[in-house]
Amino acid sequence: MLHFFRRGALTGAAAAAALAVGLAATAPAAQAETVLKVVPHSGLKILDPIWTTAYITRNHGYMIYDTLFTLDPEGEIQPQMADTVSRSEDGLTVTITLRDGLKWHDGADVTAEDTVASINRWASKDAMGQKMMTFVDSLEATDAKTMTFTLNTPTGLIELALAKPSSNVPFMMPARIAATPGSEQIEEYVGSGPFMFNNEEWEPGTKVVYDKFDDYVPRSEPANGLAGGKVAKVDRVEWTPNRDMQQAVNSLLAGEVDIIESMPPDLLPLIEGKDDAYTSIFNPAGLQYTFRFNVLHPPFDNPKIRQAVLYAFNQEDFLDATIGDPDYYQTCKAMFVCGLPFETTAHMDGLLESDFATARKMLEEAGYDGTPVVLMHSTNVPVLTNLAPVAKDLLEAVGFTVDMQSMDWSTLVARRSKKDAPADGGWNAFATAWDAGDLFNPLAMAFLNAGCDNALFGWPCDDNIEKLRDDFARSTSFDDQKAIVEQVQAAWVEYPTHVHLGQFNTPTVLRSNVQGFLNGGIFALWNIEKQ
Amino acid sequence: MASYLIKRILATIPVMLFVAVFIFLLLRLTPGDPAAMLAGDFANDAQIAEIRNKLGLDQPLWKQFGLWISDMLRFELGESFYYKKQVSELILQRIEPTLSLSLLTIIMTVLIAVPFGTLAAYKQGSWLDRGIMGFSVIGFSVPVFVIGYGLVYIFSVQLGWLPVQGYQRIGDGVGGWLYRLILPAIALSVIFVAFIARMTRTSVLEVLGEDYIRTARAKGQTEFRVLMRHALRNAAVPIVTVIGLAIAILIGGVVVTESVFTIPGLGLLTVEAVLNRDFPTIQAVILFFSVVYVLINLAVDVSYTLLDPRIRY
Repeated sequence: MLHFFRRGALTGAAAAAALAVGLAATAPAAQAETVLKVVPHSGLKILDPIWTTAYITRNHGYMIYDTLFTLDPEGEIQPQMADTVSRSEDGLTVTITLRDGLKWHDGADVTAEDTVASINRWASKDAMGQKMMTFVDSLEATDAKTMTFTLNTPTGLIELALAKPSSNVPFMMPARIAATPGSEQIEEYVGSGPFMFNNEEWEPGTKVVYDKFDDYVPRSEPANGLAGGKVAKVDRVEWTPNRDMQQAVNSLLAGEVDIIESMPPDLLPLIEGKDDAYTSIFNPAGLQYTFRFNVLHPPFDNPKIRQAVLYAFNQEDFLDATIGDPDYYQTCKAMFVCGLPFETTAHMDGLLESDFATARKMLEEAGYDGTPVVLMHSTNVPVLTNLAPVAKDLLEAVGFTVDMQSMDWSTLVARRSKKDAPADGGWNAFATAWDAGDLFNPLAMAFLNAGCDNALFGWPCDDNIEKLRDDFARSTSFDDQKAIVEQVQAAWVEYPTHVHLGQFNTPTVLRSNVQGFLNGGIFALWNIEKQ
Repeated sequence: MASYLIKRILATIPVMLFVAVFIFLLLRLTPGDPAAMLAGDFANDAQIAEIRNKLGLDQPLWKQFGLWISDMLRFELGESFYYKKQVSELILQRIEPTLSLSLLTIIMTVLIAVPFGTLAAYKQGSWLDRGIMGFSVIGFSVPVFVIGYGLVYIFSVQLGWLPVQGYQRIGDGVGGWLYRLILPAIALSVIFVAFIARMTRTSVLEVLGEDYIRTARAKGQTEFRVLMRHALRNAAVPIVTVIGLAIAILIGGVVVTESVFTIPGLGLLTVEAVLNRDFPTIQAVILFFSVVYVLINLAVDVSYTLLDPRIRY
């Protein structure tokens, strides 16, 4: 019987192998074109990068659209579609000319009329764009390749805002498409970037295909993050998201995919020691964890009580609980991100060090009466899940009463927009994460907006912070801006809008036959060669 | 028979209406706001309110329901909040992978489970019977995703015979279609093989003790003919009922399998829609599944008349 079993098992295995080989042989032969197969961090659902701020849509935007300016990895503003920028002596006129040879994917020339329409649409949606427009009296296309900003006050914000690297990115679109109101989604996806969106092969949420745009004219400088020449070196890019990271890694090791955009560090042992895979970090500044206060309700309506939280928290506990591997996180007291131009630790002495004694004393002085903190805990986004339990532990250690309520991210997103009292379905606090590109200055950092009802959920309301943000917008030199940033940090210590809980990265995994991956802050797929 | 069919089809109308009301209310009572999800992290209250208005979510509940039902009566499933595509288009795009996986799974299941169950009954108490029943217990007990990961580890990662994930449309070649589908179909079929083999064994065992089986044997018929013509045919009604049930349950199992093997089917669409509170998509997909359930039950009932001449409607 044993012999029968063994023979049967061997026969079965051989038959299965033969079937598999046979089926593999009938699978379509490899195409001659170079196809880069990518597992992005999520499925692409919305195609309009101005209408939504979703990071996956931003990354899609970088595939098919181009920008007038951008930031290089050092945080310096660099031209991309722009050729020259000139300013009048009084600083009230800014003229930008476009590079030669720029074309839309439908073959038409890129004109200043298109870029003016694109800027107007972007500025109708984006907070930094709206701020920029408060300085603009008029924006006009003065000839086919030239646009002119006429300002009411000199500002350094024009190039800075147009170089904004993260959501919403000021991507350029043809005027007929950019004429769509910002409150409506565009329905035609024509850009002037290095890849073209393949609408016919788009399977919403599961597959996105991009084809190389042969008529793209890259800048002559070498690629440097988002700056320099965007040269598409593969014929086709396919995005196929995978919710199951373990399976994504298996696919990469089996040669079925070439790049996994973002892998949890705890899966790194799966590829360690493997010759056919390696890791890279496309965003060295990474992301920043953030704890958001709702200032409308007790106890966090009292700035003194929020200050106590600054003393109660330390970043290492949060980072250990979520990322775990110190190679992929760093503690950083600078609000405006370590590694970016506005990094400063001014006024941060003693904060974020879990100084429980000081925190308790401050709570007592502030008259904390034991009002429970309703802390929203999202449970289905792995990179965020462990933040709330750590926050609860640290808050309770200094005397807060915490009511941690678990929910999925969709529920949290709906609830965070409610201004009701916590007992009536509102909230006091929650934790999330932001891309460093969204935090690089006081205007980009959305949680720093302290404009009361115009601020994001949490609705902080502080004239001092708002005045400093305005000052930043008006300043025209980096030194002035840096000085203002330090003042902003001081104002934030007095009136905390949120708490930054440290920076982290998630590694990108690539097959060893894929080279040229850029580390410019955003997941970009030009410059990549596949051998 | 025709009048029975018409009656059954008409009877589905109140069922579907009940499902529609239930799903509509369930979604509206579930916490979560599609407008806030769509608006993203940077949106202020005014922007969220504007989206809510455009989606009609600021209308009274009865009005939203009325609009939706009137669309349904015109066979318009509505537009996905996220994809800006008609839900019917999304379902059509996703139905082939789910149907392929389900069909292949059920074919494999029937081809394996019915002979195994019959054999186990015929050889009751033997090592073969115990082996098949042992497999049944294991098949029942191990979740689909564990079986899926195990198969991937052995056949894809270690042996490299089959792909880890993905789907190829049948129009692009049957070989490639089968090559990508065989591992998920095996993973999904294990539990159903266990389920149906066990039911087949019980059913056939009952029949094997009947007088007409003894008579057939006394007439000198071969054991194969006794089993196939007399035993299995008379045991078929409960087996077909269970297969019908299995197909209905399978639709739930497909969700997990599609996630593990990244098959772009209705299961993945449903998961994404639920996570994003994409109401039109969830409502349409669940209604679609309900129709499938009703049709399967109808097909099972009709099959009884073919299998047992005594049954007439």
